[in-house]
Amino acid sequence: MSRERATNELWVPTGVGAVLDQYIGVLFTFVIGAVVVGVMVSASALLGGRRRTSVKDEVFECGNPSSGPARGRFSVQFYLVAILFIVFDVEVVFLYPWAIVFRELGVPGLVAMGMFLTILTIGLLYEWKRGTLVWE
Amino acid sequence: MGTFAFLVLAALLIGSALAVVLHPNPVKSAMALVATLFLLAIVFVLLGAHMIAVLQIIVYTGAIMVLFLFVIMLLNLGDEEVPTEWPRVVLRGLAGMAGALMALQLVRLVAGAPLGRMVDAPEGYGGALMVARSLFTDYVLPFELTGLLLLVAVIGPVVLAQRRGR
Amino acid sequence: MKDLVLSLIAEGGALAGVPFSLAAPLVMVAFGALVVFGFVLPIAGITSWLERRVWARIQSRIGPNRVGPQGFLQWLADGLKNLLKEDIIPSAADKWLFSLAPYLVVVGFIATFAAVPFTSSLIIADLNIGILYITAVTGIVVVGVLMAGWSSNNKWSLLGGIRSAAQIVSYEIPAGLSVFPIVLLTGTLSMQGIIRAQGWAPWDWFFFYNPFTFAAFFVFFVAALAEGNRTPFDIPEAESELVAGFCTEYSGMRYLLFFLEEWGNLYVIGAIVTTLFLGGWQVPAFTDNPMLLAVAQFGTFFLKAYFFVFVAMWVRATLPRVRVDQLMTVCWKYMVPIAIVNMLGTAAWMLFVPETLGRLVQFGMTGLGAVVVVVFFRRVRFHLRRANLKPSDYYYSPII
Repeated sequence: MSRERATNELWVPTGVGAVLDQYIGVLFTFVIGAVVVGVMVSASALLGGRRRTSVKDEVFECGNPSSGPARGRFSVQFYLVAILFIVFDVEVVFLYPWAIVFRELGVPGLVAMGMFLTILTIGLLYEWKRGTLVWE
Repeated sequence: MGTFAFLVLAALLIGSALAVVLHPNPVKSAMALVATLFLLAIVFVLLGAHMIAVLQIIVYTGAIMVLFLFVIMLLNLGDEEVPTEWPRVVLRGLAGMAGALMALQLVRLVAGAPLGRMVDAPEGYGGALMVARSLFTDYVLPFELTGLLLLVAVIGPVVLAQRRGR
Repeated sequence: MKDLVLSLIAEGGALAGVPFSLAAPLVMVAFGALVVFGFVLPIAGITSWLERRVWARIQSRIGPNRVGPQGFLQWLADGLKNLLKEDIIPSAADKWLFSLAPYLVVVGFIATFAAVPFTSSLIIADLNIGILYITAVTGIVVVGVLMAGWSSNNKWSLLGGIRSAAQIVSYEIPAGLSVFPIVLLTGTLSMQGIIRAQGWAPWDWFFFYNPFTFAAFFVFFVAALAEGNRTPFDIPEAESELVAGFCTEYSGMRYLLFFLEEWGNLYVIGAIVTTLFLGGWQVPAFTDNPMLLAVAQFGTFFLKAYFFVFVAMWVRATLPRVRVDQLMTVCWKYMVPIAIVNMLGTAAWMLFVPETLGRLVQFGMTGLGAVVVVVFFRRVRFHLRRANLKPSDYYYSPII
């Protein structure tokens, strides 16, 4: 019995009440968003006509009969953009806590973040010079 | 209530994690991973670690999963076939054993955890303020080194992608 | 929100006698339903109608004016029409992911409203990580778009989906970075906290706080338009190249849902911009009546936010589409560096600029802003006069 209560506390250290306070609303918007889509799509499935033909089910290519595989390989450029995005996204993640306590940190905080950003800007400059940012 | 929510989440989490491993189609596997990471974020919310929960969604479901999907679509991977030739069968067996060992270790750790003697986290624990205070005072050097690591991550793919054909 | 709940469960309130722990989630859930059905869905629909009318006006056309007064009910008619359309899932498509994609896109969009403020007390959930939360749930939309593009099994869809995802993630960086000048100044991520740090007067808005926040506003707004796949950045949906981009294979209701996201997202952009830079719902304390104050706050916030929806329409009706290479160049070579400079500049400003000088800069910039507005309208008048138009030719008259 006592063990069970202890595990409960382990799972929810701040208390369910605190979580419920704010996040029940968040959870509810997620649920209601899904309900909106579900209702609209199923209502349309019920009310809409249904006359399937092989031409209608075909892939749309502006009226031409579809040709070749749909999922070809594409430029590695997209991949490089995604990598650049992840790196800067991680940087942004570090910036959030920094920005919140910046008033406390003062000049050392500015220096620390300035160095961090300089290091990352070198990466951006490198891509710039190598021409990765130019799309062909 | 909290326990119930956790159990439901945990069941969903394990289900989607299994789907990641078992689904033959890489894109659907990746989608299951999105679901897993999202559910994990909800577990973080239940634990009161709101900041980590949101960062989890931003970095993993928003960024890293987009990269995964790009790679899968870039390579145009089809359904995975069940391997029949022996080296891959042996490798699968080895991977399974390693996984089982890890699971065993995890069970041992959880069983030995001092559950009765847990203390409440201090006020604001895991919040942005506390993270920031320690990150930018005691851990400045690791923080800057992370910057270097990210720099390598930017430069590496460019070098690899441009080595051939230019 | 808490005050509202407390006033409701107080004696004489609608929920008198109900314990707080029960009343709070109840009120929140009821308010959430009200927001989604009474605000989000109508605003997305009405925006679609208004946008077509505004473009038509700008391009000397008439636009939809048949259904209802001035065509106002066009959005309902469109919804009804799509409801009665056949729901086609192409046989080559991946059925599961094809049906799941609209869920992700719309849920990701509606979930942002959980942290969008309406008045000082009306917000579904005033999260202490509000702006971060909005960034996070927007990320779900990207996954939905990629999923729609891939599962359609169509060349244009896949290319559109991947272009769209690359564009959204690229512009998320300047948009995310442009939030930091504000977070630096307020030290909070809560939407209401950011609004409370500003005042009702323009010189107390962060828009006019210093040159860096001023520039950050423009970077943010442009990046947000690009994230929302709006013209001039609607390359993923470039009709001339990609049919309809990632939603080529979608039809009927599912197709409409993607556009619901696009139009509704315009209001979200406006609301975030208003919160971060334009003082949100701040009004002068002209009355003690909390009800009247709430109405004034709601009106202020809504008008400010909707002004930017209008600007987005205006931009779309005016500018041509940019090329895909220009899109990436603008993001990484211009907007990201500018955003970083804005952020470090604001940080340095906080450390090194004395308060009195800062105050003077605020007033000076507000004055400059007023001058720009006056010059703009004088210029408009000058051109109208030069074109020799009678007032009756150019005054906006919705009746055609």
